[in-house]
Amino acid sequence: MTNILVYALHYEGAINKNSLGAVSEGAKLAAELGGEAHAILVGEGVPQDLAASLGNYGASKVLVAEGPEGLAQPVVDAMGAAISGGDYKYALFGGGLLGFEIGAGLAARLGAGVAMEVTAVRAEGGELIAERPILGDSAISEISYRSEVGIVIGRLNAFEIKETGAGAAAVEQLSFELSPHASQAKMITRGEQRGADVDIEGADILVAGGRGLGKAEGFQLCEELAGAFGNNAAVAATRAVVDAGWYPYAAQIGQTGKTVSPKLYLAAGISGAIQHKVGMQSSENIVAINKDSNAPIFEFSDLGIVGDLNKILPKLTEAVKAKKG
Amino acid sequence: MKICVLVKEVPDAAVEKRLNNSTGRMDRSGEKNLNPYDTHAIEAAMQIREGGVAPVEEIVAVTMGPESAVRALHKAVSLGADRSVHLSDEAVAGSDVAATGYALAQTLRRESPDLVLLGQQSDDGECYTIGAVVAEHLGMPSLTQVIKMDVETGALRCERQAEYGYDTVQVSLPAVISVGDAINEPRYPSLKAIMGAKKKPLETVGAADVEIDTSKVGGENSAARWIAAKAPPAKAAGEIIEDEDTAETVEKIVAWLDERKLI
Ligand SMILES: Cc1cc2nc3c(=O)[nH]c(=O)nc-3n(C[C@H](O)[C@H](O)[C@H](O)COP(=O)(O)OP(=O)(O)OC[C@H]3O[C@@H](n4cnc5c(N)ncnc54)[C@H](O)[C@@H]3O)c2cc1C
Repeated sequence: MTNILVYALHYEGAINKNSLGAVSEGAKLAAELGGEAHAILVGEGVPQDLAASLGNYGASKVLVAEGPEGLAQPVVDAMGAAISGGDYKYALFGGGLLGFEIGAGLAARLGAGVAMEVTAVRAEGGELIAERPILGDSAISEISYRSEVGIVIGRLNAFEIKETGAGAAAVEQLSFELSPHASQAKMITRGEQRGADVDIEGADILVAGGRGLGKAEGFQLCEELAGAFGNNAAVAATRAVVDAGWYPYAAQIGQTGKTVSPKLYLAAGISGAIQHKVGMQSSENIVAINKDSNAPIFEFSDLGIVGDLNKILPKLTEAVKAKKG
Repeated sequence: MKICVLVKEVPDAAVEKRLNNSTGRMDRSGEKNLNPYDTHAIEAAMQIREGGVAPVEEIVAVTMGPESAVRALHKAVSLGADRSVHLSDEAVAGSDVAATGYALAQTLRRESPDLVLLGQQSDDGECYTIGAVVAEHLGMPSLTQVIKMDVETGALRCERQAEYGYDTVQVSLPAVISVGDAINEPRYPSLKAIMGAKKKPLETVGAADVEIDTSKVGGENSAARWIAAKAPPAKAAGEIIEDEDTAETVEKIVAWLDERKLI
């Protein structure tokens, strides 16, 4: 049997979208390998129906393990127990942060090969081959596994969510032992929303700012430009500036923020790191202003302006206002 | 408290990174430097020492890599490490992330650190996960992408951004922590520190010295097998405007947006 175990992250009663994509992908690949996809949830009192709902995305069985939430090492213990007691050849994770930590920890635990940032997986001769972009996405390497178990960690939004309509999955309780080191980290607070609760998801136009704005006040330039575009525009940000406290987390785009695809994404002072790109690359039109002509963002922009945002943004705001009349 | 900081030598940011198409390994010729993300880990160690909450006896920089990697160690020492350890062995060359993590863990084991710090990612490999691998081998709790770290008795209070916002986690020592680049602003080394770096103790160890099982490391023994590299799907290059006359630039942007009915 060539079963695949998929980790499903959940929070406040909902399964993470990237995990749903991973379950769908796991189901597709397992079918090609002639096996089944099972999902695993780890948490405190995981609702039975939440677990069973993964049947709709192709999981034939869902394992539920009681353990601390939001930390990687307890999940390594749970998945390690599931894999040693089961018939699994691959473990699969959707994009995000925890999946990276769990997948890597599990690789160490099992002596398994691991590929991260995977954008596509295919079955070939009964084995999985993972495609992993490298060197700033300038090449894609193909990885297979020599180990008994192979670990695939997807890139954010790499796997498409597909509802199969298969209905509820069988849910099984999994008991496992917490390893000593897994009980040495304790969640104090989880999911704190820093900064104002801004709403950017409905906007047709996003003016996004990064570290190139220089300081928190620099965001005024973005807000003024968004204001000039009108009601359908909002301001977004990178992790660098959210971590620095310049802008609210609710406006962050990327791997540990939001995924958006507005009609226009105008990025000012943003380098275009992969973790940012994954949250906005499906925008219809991407315009970037950056003073460094080698900035990675120009590789995936439709229009790139090499120049100083402090000079360009104010004039652009005036011009947009004038155009709108 | 004894802190080990994992560091790595990477191609300089200005060097175009390439793959050697016959081995699948990175072409590591050209100018190299200390991985810029590692400077945040060294700085974090220095701030724990200077913070004084827990006395820090020693900060040790640890790397794995070819002979040239000593330069990364010298840089790490100039930034504040007291001494360094270099794992250098043909047997570990070409190791994947899991094998590298194992080899580093073996190297660290001898040092019995209370805290292992590392950067959020290497500028070349971009795996983000070496800390999690090292922690599992050492049997220590671990967290990656930490942007705030407060020392408590026998523990660290850490903050980091994860999928749903900011988490605060208390981690008991000994622990492995990878720090995000927002955690601090690394200092510049003084001229004196740069000059003195080569005089600080540097120990070179081989796989046998740290009891690495060589059947688990190296390119051929790594569990992830590199098969081939291919070019990403071609994407039409975007239009580029060099801003010389800003009024003109803005006119062009507006025309571009207008053409696509975006205004
Ligand atoms: C696990 C993980 C998760 C992550 N999640 C996210 C995420 O969700 N979202 C995210 O955004 N990032 C995320 N990151 C961080 C990401 O890797 C980058 O560090 C971050 O996106 C960089 O933000 P930036 O572009 O604002 O800053 P920088 O990379 O510092 O870029 C600033 C840019 O501004 C330009 N600039 C400077 N001054 C000017 C000027 N006057 N005019 C014009 N241009 C100027 C510079 O040339 C530079 O290109 C994550 C990283 C990791 C490891």
